[in-house]
Amino acid sequence: MDAVVKTSGTERALADQFAAALPRLPGGKAVAAMRTRALENFACDGLPHRRIEDWKYTDLRALMREVLPPAAAPDKAALDRAAKALERHGLEGVRRLVLVDGVFVPALSDVAALEGGLTIRSLASVLADETVHELLLSDDAGAGPMFALNSALMADGLVIDILKDASPARPLHIVHVASGSAPASAYTRSLVRIGANVSATLVESFFAADGAQNYQVNDATMIAVGDGARLDHVRLMEDGREAFNIATLKSVLGRDAAYKIFNLTAGGAVSRYQGVVRFDGQGSRLETYGVNLLNETQHGDTTLVVDHAVPHCASREVFRAVIDDRARSVFQGRIIVRPDAQKTDGKMETRALLLSDEAEVDNKPELEIFADDVTCGHGATAGALDESLLFYLRARGLPEKDAQALLIQAFVGEAIEQIADDRLREAATNAAIRWLEARAS
Amino acid sequence: MPAVQETVDRVRRIDVDQYRYGFETIIETEKAPKGLSEDTVRFISEKKGEPAWMLEWRLEAYRRWLTMTEPTWARVDYPKIDYQDLYYYAAPKPKKTLTSIDEIDPEILKTYEKLGIPLREVEMLEGVVRPEGERRVAVDAVFDSVSVATTFKEELRKAGVIFMPISEAIREHPELVKKYLGTVVPTSDNYFATLNSAVFSDGSFVYVPEGVRCPMELSTYFRINERNTGQFERTLIIADKGAYVSYLEGCTAPQRDENQLHAAVVELVALDDAEIKYSTVQNWYPGDAEGKGGIYNFVTKRGDCRGRNSKISWTQVETGSAITWKYPSCILRGDNSRGEFYSIAISNGYQQVDSGTKMLHLGKNTSSRIISKGIAAGRSQNTYRGLVSAHRKAQGARNFTACDSLLIGDKCGAHTVPYIEAKNSSAIFEHEATTSKISEDMLFYCIQRGLSQEEAVALVVNGFVKDVLQQLPMEFAVEAQKLISISLEGSVG
Repeated sequence: MDAVVKTSGTERALADQFAAALPRLPGGKAVAAMRTRALENFACDGLPHRRIEDWKYTDLRALMREVLPPAAAPDKAALDRAAKALERHGLEGVRRLVLVDGVFVPALSDVAALEGGLTIRSLASVLADETVHELLLSDDAGAGPMFALNSALMADGLVIDILKDASPARPLHIVHVASGSAPASAYTRSLVRIGANVSATLVESFFAADGAQNYQVNDATMIAVGDGARLDHVRLMEDGREAFNIATLKSVLGRDAAYKIFNLTAGGAVSRYQGVVRFDGQGSRLETYGVNLLNETQHGDTTLVVDHAVPHCASREVFRAVIDDRARSVFQGRIIVRPDAQKTDGKMETRALLLSDEAEVDNKPELEIFADDVTCGHGATAGALDESLLFYLRARGLPEKDAQALLIQAFVGEAIEQIADDRLREAATNAAIRWLEARAS
Repeated sequence: MPAVQETVDRVRRIDVDQYRYGFETIIETEKAPKGLSEDTVRFISEKKGEPAWMLEWRLEAYRRWLTMTEPTWARVDYPKIDYQDLYYYAAPKPKKTLTSIDEIDPEILKTYEKLGIPLREVEMLEGVVRPEGERRVAVDAVFDSVSVATTFKEELRKAGVIFMPISEAIREHPELVKKYLGTVVPTSDNYFATLNSAVFSDGSFVYVPEGVRCPMELSTYFRINERNTGQFERTLIIADKGAYVSYLEGCTAPQRDENQLHAAVVELVALDDAEIKYSTVQNWYPGDAEGKGGIYNFVTKRGDCRGRNSKISWTQVETGSAITWKYPSCILRGDNSRGEFYSIAISNGYQQVDSGTKMLHLGKNTSSRIISKGIAAGRSQNTYRGLVSAHRKAQGARNFTACDSLLIGDKCGAHTVPYIEAKNSSAIFEHEATTSKISEDMLFYCIQRGLSQEEAVALVVNGFVKDVLQQLPMEFAVEAQKLISISLEGSVG
């Protein structure tokens, strides 16, 4: 059924965009060859649609009427708008690395006085280099069409390396600001390599500056966590209400590593956060926490694959969705336990709160298990706010919306509380409160 | 731990390649020419003396089937089936017109006796030593493509219950068949269901009239005997307003090196306040220890809770077949209707199971319950695949799902693929799944109290599947429990 797919106008437009952009995209011959291969991979299936199992609930062919042309480098006005937005959304005490419309802007970033063992480069400069890291060169046919598209068109991003034992003093904060004066797409990719025994925090934010035009984000983040290293990864997605945000995460964990991901999706018209985390060394632990706050006609998809390729690893997934109006939340989780990955301990829990009769939640928590000495489980629930709890609060004089807000905050709080860093936890809480306030008004 | 000699012997008796029902019955049969074409469809229809509308229905399905492709989404892997290399119709050659059970080919009667299926109701009725309160079961026996005997017809007729081969029902009750056939599983539903619609040769038809509680359990026993023959049976069960029926289904096949195709369709219709309980013990030949041979079991089963307060309950014990592709489902259309699915799926050797259910909540205050227990051993793959969905108008829909998997050995796989879709806020869905091996603590506890390792495992496994076994009618519960122990022994120790 999937084999014969007619090329729609969107795919043709993309091929044209690619042909026009290729000479301007960074990288030498090897990179250009990889880009061409990746576009061919994309063209095989075209925009993903509901007949492709992984995209069953997020039919981009129906949702994405057009793919916007790649963004131009930000001009002065765009940079000014971005600077204003940063004042509003910026975080204190972090090392800020700013991408405006998908282009790294050192002037808005904090790259002075780097700690020893920490190097930060732009993706464009690394791609131009002769010795490009293989992680950046993989077009990875199996990773799906939107990642292939990212491989073909990635223009900039960050390449961050932290050497063994060199824990940075401050969290690294990658900020994606949309600020363009014309509708455009930003294709970004970042690579973060954490050396052995390092303890680090990585934050990613997505938002739009006032006056930014309609935009589409296609981002990829590749992370390698070294032996004995610890990475806290927080992602806050508050893109504009017209925006598309398709993001891919690919992480590999070494031995005895600890990796914690928190993702909040509160923005965007259509978003998909698709991740693959693979255990490469024994004794590692992964914790992922996700919160979707969606209303109006928003569509938010979180798809996460945890690949237990080696024995003695543990993974925890906790996902909360709050869905109002006609919004739709999708959670697809898959735990794979490869043959011989004995003593695996995997748990996945997803809960959805439906606030309206037109809201929709689709859960697909999968287990794929090829080893016998394992403990794996998942739980999934969907339902409305508890009437008796609401009654209790209202009986004490709280207006209905406030009572709901309090319960919703507690519901998503179970995930937000897991963020270790105080400032980041507060930032995530504030983002949730902003969403609740917008809903109440 | 090395198994004791007694167990080794016992296991040898019951390992997959020691399939008990693998014998072949040598009888003369009449077959349709090999291959599938419009002529095959016409041949089957003519053999069955069908009216023109039925032939047209079949031909339409056949033409539709030609445009379809075989589904590939299930987690099963098998060589391509050559649909032209099969016989689509095989019937024991009748010696003369049958008037009573005594005139059935004694070979066939012997077959069913060997299988433990009593077809001689006389003996059953007159058996003096029948224990008090033992329930009687009316049996429809399907041998290859045709129904060879249906017992207790008279007694059922008195109650108003129609229980007969579907080929007869098409002739005798065309209005009922026409009204319901294909309304739950449309001819174009899926590849295998469409194929079945074109070439089905027999199966059972049950109609329980308004307000009647069927006086006994109804049962169909399917047997594939002939070589290179596909079995395509079609079952249609209708429970009219306020009616109740419990139906059992069992299946076996001889042991052969080549794979055989079984593509059945079962349709259930429950009107207002009606209840249908459908139980299956599926024990088709699973192939030998090397994974050679075995039945490809591609079955479409669906129940339609069409009326208010209706209830459909599926219970299945799946131990046979090389490949199982089967998702008994409930369409909860009527307000307050209820669907239930209880399943034990056991795979050993090289068996592949991809089974589960669909609960589609369309009406108000509908509820459903799914209890699935998968046990994988040997080199088998065992997948639960299920869908629970609440439609926008299904106010107050309620579902509880628990699917647990048990892995025995490190060469097998157990997978869970649930789809949970809620489209209104008053729907309450709960789903939980676990996968583990038998807990060392539990084994230790049992062994410490003097049980052998094997007994301990049997005890734990029995406890694991108890929730489902309890749902089976008495007659099947005993057989199922035996099947479970034989399917699993030899996989530990």
